[in-house]
Amino acid sequence: MRRQRFRLPDGGRVDRAAEVAFSFNGRRYFGHKGDTLASALLANGVHLVGRSFKYHRPRGIFGSGSEEPNALVQLGAGPRTDPNMRATTVELFEGLRATSQNCWPSLRFDLRGINDRFSALLPAGFYYKTFMRPARLWMFYEKHIRKAAGLGRAPDGCDPDRYEQTHAHCDVLVIGAGPAGLAAAQAAGAAGARVILADEQAELGGSLLSEPGRHIQVGDGTPADWLGATLAGLAGMDEVTLLPRTTAFGYYADNFVGLLERVGDHLPGDDGMLRQRLWKVRAKQVILATGAIERSLVFAENDRPGIMLAGAARTYVNRYGVAPGSRTVVFTNNDSAYAAALDMAAAGVGVEAVVDLRNQVEGDWPRLAREAGIPVMQGHTITGTRGRHRVSAVSVMRLNDAGDGVAGDVRQLKCDSVAMSGGWSPAVHLFSQARGALTFDEQEGTFRPGEAMQAVRSVGACDDAARLADCLSAGVEAGRSAALDVGCDGAQIAAPAVGEPALGPMQPAWRAPSDRKGVRMFVDFQNDVTAKDLDLAVREGYHSIEHVKRYTTTGMGTDQGKTGNVNALAIVAQQLGAEIPAVGVTTFRAPYTPVTFGAITGSHVRGLFDPVRRTPMHDWHVEQGAKFEDVGQWKRAWYYPRGEETMRQAVDREVKAARDGVGILDYSTLGKIDIRGPDAAEFLNRVYTNGWKKLGVGRCRYGVMLRDDGMVMDDGVTTRLGENHFLMTTTTGNAASVLSWLEEWLQTEWPDLKVYCTSVTEQYATVSICGPKARDLLAGLAPDMTLDPQNFRHMSMQEGTVAGIAARVLRVSFTGEVGFEINVPSRYGRALWDALIAEGELHGITPYGTEAMHVLRAEKGFFIAGQESDGTVTPLDLGMDWIVNWTKGDFIGRRSLSRSDTVRDDRKQLVGLFTSDPETVLDEGTQIVATVKDKPPMDMIGHVTSSYYSPNLGRSIAMAMIQGGRGRKGETLYAPMPDKVIEVTVTDPIFFDPDGQRLNG
Amino acid sequence: MLLIPCPWCGERDVHEFHCGGEAHITRPAGADTIDDAAWADYLFMRQNPKGLYYERWNHAHGCRKWFHVVRDTVSDQILAVYQMDEAPPDIPGRSS
Amino acid sequence: MQKYSIFSLARNALSRHENWREAWRSPEPKPEYDVVIVGGGGHGLATAYYLAKEHGITNVAVVEKGWLGGGNTGRNTTIVRSNYLWDESAGLYEHSLKLWEGLSQKLNFNVMFSQRGVLNLAHNLHDLRELSRRVNANRLNGIDSEILDAQGVKDFCPLIDTSLTLRYPVLGASLQRRGGVARHDAVAWGFARAADALGVDIIQNCEVTGILRDGDAVQGLETSRGTIKANKVGVVVAGHCSVLANMAGFRLPIESHPLQALVSEPVKPVLDCVVMSNAVHAYISQSDKGELVIGAGIDSYVSYSQRGGFDVVEDTLHAVVELFPMFSRMRMLRQWGGIVDVCPDASPIIGKTPVQGLYFNCGWGTGGFKATPGSGNVFAHTIARDEPHPLNAPFALDRFTSGALIDEHGAAAVAH
Repeated sequence: MRRQRFRLPDGGRVDRAAEVAFSFNGRRYFGHKGDTLASALLANGVHLVGRSFKYHRPRGIFGSGSEEPNALVQLGAGPRTDPNMRATTVELFEGLRATSQNCWPSLRFDLRGINDRFSALLPAGFYYKTFMRPARLWMFYEKHIRKAAGLGRAPDGCDPDRYEQTHAHCDVLVIGAGPAGLAAAQAAGAAGARVILADEQAELGGSLLSEPGRHIQVGDGTPADWLGATLAGLAGMDEVTLLPRTTAFGYYADNFVGLLERVGDHLPGDDGMLRQRLWKVRAKQVILATGAIERSLVFAENDRPGIMLAGAARTYVNRYGVAPGSRTVVFTNNDSAYAAALDMAAAGVGVEAVVDLRNQVEGDWPRLAREAGIPVMQGHTITGTRGRHRVSAVSVMRLNDAGDGVAGDVRQLKCDSVAMSGGWSPAVHLFSQARGALTFDEQEGTFRPGEAMQAVRSVGACDDAARLADCLSAGVEAGRSAALDVGCDGAQIAAPAVGEPALGPMQPAWRAPSDRKGVRMFVDFQNDVTAKDLDLAVREGYHSIEHVKRYTTTGMGTDQGKTGNVNALAIVAQQLGAEIPAVGVTTFRAPYTPVTFGAITGSHVRGLFDPVRRTPMHDWHVEQGAKFEDVGQWKRAWYYPRGEETMRQAVDREVKAARDGVGILDYSTLGKIDIRGPDAAEFLNRVYTNGWKKLGVGRCRYGVMLRDDGMVMDDGVTTRLGENHFLMTTTTGNAASVLSWLEEWLQTEWPDLKVYCTSVTEQYATVSICGPKARDLLAGLAPDMTLDPQNFRHMSMQEGTVAGIAARVLRVSFTGEVGFEINVPSRYGRALWDALIAEGELHGITPYGTEAMHVLRAEKGFFIAGQESDGTVTPLDLGMDWIVNWTKGDFIGRRSLSRSDTVRDDRKQLVGLFTSDPETVLDEGTQIVATVKDKPPMDMIGHVTSSYYSPNLGRSIAMAMIQGGRGRKGETLYAPMPDKVIEVTVTDPIFFDPDGQRLNG
Repeated sequence: MLLIPCPWCGERDVHEFHCGGEAHITRPAGADTIDDAAWADYLFMRQNPKGLYYERWNHAHGCRKWFHVVRDTVSDQILAVYQMDEAPPDIPGRSS
Repeated sequence: MQKYSIFSLARNALSRHENWREAWRSPEPKPEYDVVIVGGGGHGLATAYYLAKEHGITNVAVVEKGWLGGGNTGRNTTIVRSNYLWDESAGLYEHSLKLWEGLSQKLNFNVMFSQRGVLNLAHNLHDLRELSRRVNANRLNGIDSEILDAQGVKDFCPLIDTSLTLRYPVLGASLQRRGGVARHDAVAWGFARAADALGVDIIQNCEVTGILRDGDAVQGLETSRGTIKANKVGVVVAGHCSVLANMAGFRLPIESHPLQALVSEPVKPVLDCVVMSNAVHAYISQSDKGELVIGAGIDSYVSYSQRGGFDVVEDTLHAVVELFPMFSRMRMLRQWGGIVDVCPDASPIIGKTPVQGLYFNCGWGTGGFKATPGSGNVFAHTIARDEPHPLNAPFALDRFTSGALIDEHGAAAVAH
């Protein structure tokens, strides 16, 4: 075993047989299994671990848990690195690598430490008062401010670890496994409730883990005996789930509580390791047993390494068997620090004195200290400290009679550590997140839980219990009553008897006096906020505590001011001459401690970020080398390049083939909604702009649906399959929203209509074939169907067999060619496709993708919802007056079409555009002007919505929405681009076969 | 995170639901006879109250049924749930 | 006004900073003012400042029920840009952006306006088309705006994953280089201090409980600190606008929704620009302090609770980690919610109301911060002249009657 200088010869809960090697700032050290990084560093005599945010002052280990503001380190390197890790919560593992942050070139010699010399120029909010002139230099100043700010470094690669999430429901969620939480879990579990007990530490037990039990007895044994027995009992209860290393970070509405379980953080990592698990718990009842957080004392030069919380010092001695130093001074305003003094003394640490701000110190604890030979200096204060990288001495003076100043001689006490206690603040964070009211406790100078707004109870030190006996009895009581509230009335347990010394009253001391004016007293250690900064903020009119916080940044560090906020608040109240509760607290926000993005993300990354929807024919497209585009969640074949073809060449080929021979398109992504019921026709009459009642069975009709504000929402072809049965199609992207839309109107506005809607999008595969040879192709595969144009007319439907597969065939067209949409059950989709391709070889069949589809429809001037229309376009704007039936009665959006703005005749209207150079293809999104100016601004009168090269016309075509466009046919307009102006002529938007001859060919 | 009591499925997480906004807005019948302002009132104007709120929800990722909820928009506490064809209930001690 | 500069800072250092004066007074409300502004957020304070500065109306009070800048001003993610689609919006937001440029000097308060560029990512062909439409419109409106392809995005912001392994790969982006971020609190404080120096009374902890009317004209306000008379009242209270409208007896086309945001722990600079994505729904920047500032979407329901669902935060972080895989190990330090006033066309309402002398400025939804100076500037004009500034005339309440909406959902689909 290698020597650890400050490891005590015995005691503590670490595994002394297991030695663990780790490195800090490149130097190799040894600790034990069960250590935190902080306890292992202290065992090696390392106090100096970091630098503060603003002044880069040397900072040491301050606490022993998640309240830590100072000891932040960078763990690991490369992609698996974690900035700003609290050394006090990092469990030691073999090979752990930690480095200090925010210092250069080294921790001991940090060049930015120069900031400290200029601190007089850098008071709170100094940056609001300067860096303003010259204005152009701000970006320069800011660059350097940014470099100086920040703490650790972000990882530089993909996270190699895994995260997962789980949902849990329980009767009683107990947060905190200290004595109160354990007792509550035990009582609720005994009563038969389903319990989850979560605690942020590696071991359950809370304060009991740091309790040597020299002065406290539980039942007939020590606190440790009770802890062991209770944990064993809980482990034996089937309905109790114990979650160590699990922080309840957020308390949301309706008792939704987020827990972060650190599954693998304490292990040397392997790629793909499960690192953390996020629990989403819905609890019927919540018991908060989150304990209390010790406050620092605000005194002169209180920020030197070696100065730590008394409770932390006690934890290092008792739980980790580590001495925080060899000579220590305890500084307090309450009795709890005496336990630390006694434990340190018992462990052989020289306790120079307990400096107590109180005048009268005569309770049980001070008596025990005096009996142990520890000097108690009551009515004294520390007026300054010394030591650059570690405290080396403190100055002590007597308080004057009023208690607001010092008197008498200065006494120097040499020491290498200071243990301070400013009292304890209940950890009301979660209670406050749950919107519970806080009440101010004058006696203890702190905020406590008041009225709760959700099903939550607070017990133990986070409520009002300071003594173990009170914690245990309150825990048992809360566990029992929570169980009863959820109807569990099984076995009842009693809290054990506790023998312990009495606690005397504390005395709030928000700013310990000093004989030196202007000396710095730190309130927020991480952000370097001093009492003077708070004074300045108040002086400058920042009176709201939220203003003070934001102006000075107090409480805004990674610790969110767990140890300093109450001090800041009290100092502000003093300065304002107001009562503390009148000043109020800043809001406690989630999370309690920082939560990894990865854990919140869980497995929702990469392939699982959003589901991928593929058609039954998807693999064929892949085999053919298709390029795909994302349309909503769907992957759609975009075009099928052959050999070395460019996109343009491939699309031109596909577009020509569909007009000259036969093209085939996978149309399965089209939204399909099955609509049934005696009122189905009436319903369609109300949701579409045109009439539906007279549509014959077996006939299809195109419809446009509007929002009630009159704007085009979606379009598609609907087929009447039976008297009371329709099949509606929607655009690919809107399938789900249209179904919701229909349901909403049916259920909320027209519940009298008997209509039932079902999505069948994924039940059918749809193949569209079109072109002069489409009929021949289909005939070859559907010998029993009647395909002649007289008997199978455009916009009608026929059921039959295609390639031996039962199919519903629609004669419809989105290309202007003779076209058929063949619908078969999805599982036959690939078979149908293969059969069509094989049969089509005779006819030179050509698969085409969505790009060619767009060109083909644009040649015909068909609009696309979401492209020509953008939520501000009516059917009249699209020149589709023919589809609006004004005489049939009301329909969704009807009234809106006659509002004063929607009837303007200079609205943007759909037109076609020809560029003067037929080879020039406008960019979609190009803005159009009537008059070109030398420079902006120019009046834009419209924009290009669709633009392609049309191989069938041998020139470019574009569709555009242009103000008063229909009246501008033949007019010359301009598209001013960054490098040139393109001249265009307004045309009709139907570019190809305007009379629709081919449809009937 | 809200827990919404669907009248058919029981309590479910809010993310299973779609919120349909203010309830009991009457769509004007015979819209041709009302002026633009009255139509705009129906289309756009909302109570948006701070306090008691009667609203519509849809269990979009569940039974897909629409229903009414009475909620306090300050505390987000749900005070009543009722069917589409029911009249809004009075909430004891509260006025809308 | 005590001047702020490096010299005054040095001078005050000699006296241990004990001679700094209050940034603004805390006066008792007078019984009567020429104009009372309700709402001490950025927009309200800016309105008061411009009333005094540009219109010579200095007998003005700003009443705020809580603390200055405590609403959405202090809760937003501070993005400033003007690359809006429609001419009306572009005019208004560009007016604002021009006021941002030079605001620190005008107010003698460093609002840390940092023009580090705003990227709007495109992830599909539809996005690209909309982006091109908007960028072209911006360009012809004289607003700086450009299109980057995927490689251009990578070059400008190397941290973004532009690989094809993304579920929705980045196909391109629009970039407004003059866009950026500012220090939100400083904007409220800067306007407050400058307005105070011009004689404006800033009255905090003063809640309006009623609007006094004489027939169709406003007479003043009932407040928790007594009656305050005024013949002109400007209301700029964001999420609470419907509450005030209700007091005045009319309704607005507004719903108030929770909007959440979060920050990470601070780290050394890694992200130098603002990145927004509509399709995967995220927007993110890094503050001068080093925190990643991330905005989530709005919750779908009306609420004044200033608290949203955890699922909304989850959705946002899915997108952030998808776009920036190395942020997976970063940690969320703080999350919070505000109440945003959402308008059906994602554009604000600025102008007169059915009550004479009562003016409303609301409906900014998720994107009001960027408009702070411009909004205050045109609203001051509207109040002073009793007629809208040409830039806010299209944003009148009656556009909902005529149907002349200014639909910016495309530009505003991501809360920002």
